[in-house]
Amino acid sequence: MSTEAKEQKPAAPPPDPTLLVSSSPHLHGGESITKIMWSVVLALAPATVLGMVFFGIDAVIVIAVTTISAVAFEAFSQWLRKMPITIADGSAVVTGLLLALNMPPGSPWWLCVIGSFIAIAIAKHLYGGLGYNPFNPALVARVALLVSFPTQMTSWAPTLYMPPDSWTGATPLGAIKEHILKDGTTGMEFTWDYLWQLLAGNVGGSLGETSVIALLIGAAFLLWKGYIWWQVPVSFIASVFAVTGIAFIFNPTGVASPVFHVVSGGLIIGAFYMATDMVTSPVTKRGMIIFGVGCGVITSVIRLWGGYPEGVSFAILIMNATVPLLDRYSRPEVFGARRKLYEVRG
Amino acid sequence: MTKPVHFQGGVHPAYNKQYTVDLSIEKMPLPKRFVIPLSQNLGAPAKCLVEKGQEVLKGQPLGEPGGFVSTPVHAPTSGKIKKIDLYPHPLGRGMEAIEIEPDSEDRWVEGCGPLRDFEAMDPDAIRKAIWDGGLVGMGGATFPTHVKLSPPAEKPIDTFILNGAECEPFLTSDHHLMLEAADKIIAGGKLMAKVLGAQNLLIGIEKNKPNAIEIMREAAGGGGFEVVALNVEYPQGAEKQLIYALTKRKVPTGGLPMDVGCVVQNVGTAAAAYDACAHGIPLTERVVTITGSGINKPKNLLLRTGTLLSDVIEFCGGLNADIAKVIVGGPMMGISQYSLDIPIIKGTSGIVFLKADEVTLFTSQPCIRCGSCVKGCPMGLLPTVINAYSVNEMFDVAEEYGAMDCIECGCCAFSCPSHIPLVQNVRRAKAEIQARRKKAS
Amino acid sequence: MIVNAILTLAALGLLAGLGLGFAARVFAVKIDPRVEEIDAALPQFNCGACGYAGCADYAKAVVEGKDPSLCAPGGPNVAARVAAIMGEEVSTQEKKVAFVFCGGSDSAARKKYHYNGVSDCISSDLVSGGDKSCSYGCLGLGTCVHVCPVDAIIIEDGLARVVAEICIGCRKCVEACPKNIIHMVPASRLVHVVCSSQDKGPVVRKACSVGCIGCRRCIKAVDDEQITMDGNLAVVDYSKPLLSREPAESCPTGAIQVIETEFTEQLPPPAEPAEQAAEEAQA
Repeated sequence: MSTEAKEQKPAAPPPDPTLLVSSSPHLHGGESITKIMWSVVLALAPATVLGMVFFGIDAVIVIAVTTISAVAFEAFSQWLRKMPITIADGSAVVTGLLLALNMPPGSPWWLCVIGSFIAIAIAKHLYGGLGYNPFNPALVARVALLVSFPTQMTSWAPTLYMPPDSWTGATPLGAIKEHILKDGTTGMEFTWDYLWQLLAGNVGGSLGETSVIALLIGAAFLLWKGYIWWQVPVSFIASVFAVTGIAFIFNPTGVASPVFHVVSGGLIIGAFYMATDMVTSPVTKRGMIIFGVGCGVITSVIRLWGGYPEGVSFAILIMNATVPLLDRYSRPEVFGARRKLYEVRG
Repeated sequence: MTKPVHFQGGVHPAYNKQYTVDLSIEKMPLPKRFVIPLSQNLGAPAKCLVEKGQEVLKGQPLGEPGGFVSTPVHAPTSGKIKKIDLYPHPLGRGMEAIEIEPDSEDRWVEGCGPLRDFEAMDPDAIRKAIWDGGLVGMGGATFPTHVKLSPPAEKPIDTFILNGAECEPFLTSDHHLMLEAADKIIAGGKLMAKVLGAQNLLIGIEKNKPNAIEIMREAAGGGGFEVVALNVEYPQGAEKQLIYALTKRKVPTGGLPMDVGCVVQNVGTAAAAYDACAHGIPLTERVVTITGSGINKPKNLLLRTGTLLSDVIEFCGGLNADIAKVIVGGPMMGISQYSLDIPIIKGTSGIVFLKADEVTLFTSQPCIRCGSCVKGCPMGLLPTVINAYSVNEMFDVAEEYGAMDCIECGCCAFSCPSHIPLVQNVRRAKAEIQARRKKAS
Repeated sequence: MIVNAILTLAALGLLAGLGLGFAARVFAVKIDPRVEEIDAALPQFNCGACGYAGCADYAKAVVEGKDPSLCAPGGPNVAARVAAIMGEEVSTQEKKVAFVFCGGSDSAARKKYHYNGVSDCISSDLVSGGDKSCSYGCLGLGTCVHVCPVDAIIIEDGLARVVAEICIGCRKCVEACPKNIIHMVPASRLVHVVCSSQDKGPVVRKACSVGCIGCRRCIKAVDDEQITMDGNLAVVDYSKPLLSREPAESCPTGAIQVIETEFTEQLPPPAEPAEQAAEEAQA
């Protein structure tokens, strides 16, 4: 290259900026996993707070230990799997919190830690992590604990607002099951006051499942946001009401009223927060309704004729197993489809 | 009075039309360079008729149709052919194009301009004028208009719909065309309806354009066209959804609107049809919305085909320093560009310039089966399932689940909280399925 | 109680065993024993390079009369053994390995845009032809890595590279590459034009610092048309021997490379300095 040339070349036009290229669409609605998870935590806040109010310091310890150990196990599992650590997205917090709300208030700390381990490391990460688990992790943990540590998992505590001497040591559903085993009647007087106690949550039970009102407030928030859809909770609750209602008509003394069944036990928390868990429930509307009905029927069967007083956890886990099948056979009709719905590849 | 129905699915992106909604259409002065691609329509590209060094006049054909599903391409101004070579194209690959150096006299070729007796034209004459004029669908799909107006005899058309929905965010070209050229649109629409023999004439305009609805109603007068105010939801302007909203008819999968007796045309195409029939003027200019925060002076511009984007950017005050994405078309279905040396073509409805803070640079997370994509899909598909099968290369099953019915509207990816590039994966499946079908035949 | 249980289970076991033995004889499917012999001789990669659905399927096909030398991973040894089992002979074919004909790593080649999307070459090719300025270049997102059954391909600095020592010659990468720049080369060859660009010289220079600019110096450095021009790209003719460093040394951009592997021939050693000076004085 000659260095003596005097002519100036015209200044080159500024280079084109390096632009970002991607496939369409180029806009995004703004939803994210983080937003969804922390919204669920927010929705659970009323029930969590009320659980702590009703059950006192024991509840605070259970919630804290379960949630913190869930997050710790998530970080540990992701580190072990050489994945980026995503505990800030809140999914471990949700699992931990849901598990805590399903534990008896006086649970020892080691029970909570084992539960978190089962929920996060086994039921979630062993299957591939977020989005890949077929079973609801909190419920897997709860059921595993129930089967392995039956005494601790059925040691209930009175709320701090119950009149002294009224505590029998059993949950409302447990009490009627015991009574039925004795003489075939529920032995329960379903008064308006009792209903109010059940709605408010001033009864024995897992520390988050008791307060129906608090749970419904959170559920309304999630429904409004569109993070849960009405199909699963409504069909779940409606089928529990229907099955127990029919049984009640045939045996009014030996079966509790369907209203009682709806507001007691883990049905409200199960229907609105556990069965609606996105990863383990169907993606189609039709599938969701069948899922809800299945959960409801199984719950009722266990409650009425099974050995356990409560069947929500088992019912949801059983229906979780059917989700791939439901998704496949409940495909919505493609717009303008000429073929029938149920024609699927062999 | 037709009341529009809601189609299933759909999303509601922010309108973002404030940049240009109140700006009337401006004409850009003649640029110094034109690059006219031979491929400006769906179907076969045009075949080159001219050679280097040749002098051409405005409106003169530069390329003849390469088949039935193809259109001619015309010179946007008078000048000399500088080069015929591969040039960058909005579709992303280099394509053959004709570079013209304008002589700034802008002389029309003979036959273009004077008013003809278009009311006396019979359907065949109208169709020929439209084909000779090089008309394509100006909503962006660029399907040759004369083909749409030639349904086979066994598929009679009773409903003709003019699409003034403009459901894409940011774009306002159709809106302003309706405000400023309503009579032309109605006249062009009537000509096209005449070709089809359709009796039921509808114009769909989204409710967020009340002034356009009023003006079009006035222009339609009692003359056959019913203006229907459509619900504002994306993708209201998609053919199948538009037909369903206005007539409750569902275009069958793998089929076309003519299968349910309908034909849809963009309002811009109708205006161009009037020009072609009444004045013999071919399609060489169109309204383009230059918008977004990344351009300093957004405008609704009347641009000639072949104008280079770099010249348009200069006319519009230049780019903002933080420019990150340049999209040809709307932001939901448009194509992001890597070069600013691309020409405006017949189907360019708008150019959206986005800054870095408006663009989502995403990393995908696993699907959490939330169902948002299923909720949003206007075609009733399961995007998450098709995506899973595409990623795992089980394209046969993806086809079973309706991958070929996807209209690539982007509602699914828009809603996905895990930022999964659903449309890209479905496109991959479609490309593979089409290749297999071709191999098999 | 326990004795009953043991006796019952033992009886059931005996019944089951007898039943299975009976079925194994009565319902036995007659297989030609050669099928099992051939299957045992095959390398069990089940890669499909032979065109059949796995090694067992190919074994069946050979016994039915198909070509016994189709197993690329097995190479000439396996072909000979399979043919011997069938009582035939085969001519040995040269081992071929896959080679990526692009040198445009992230340090050498420019990108035309920032890509944000699916991390897969075929998918990114759908988005305006991929993000490399050179439209013929390797996109480096690993579709070939993904399909390789033996992990013989690695991505280094945004460029795919086949490790010849691991490659079994199944051709899956050749079919998968959306740019069609992976081809099979004889394993013994070591001089390659590591570029697939048909663009003219100035265009190549702008896009990539190691691309072939079509200057033809390599062609002048050899005789007998061992390297020819295919359009604007220099191409080695693998049917003619080429054992020389000259093309690589004459290449101004470094597009021609000498790549030695376990299988490649040995290059003659460079001439002594005195001899070199004498050669140059003569030329």
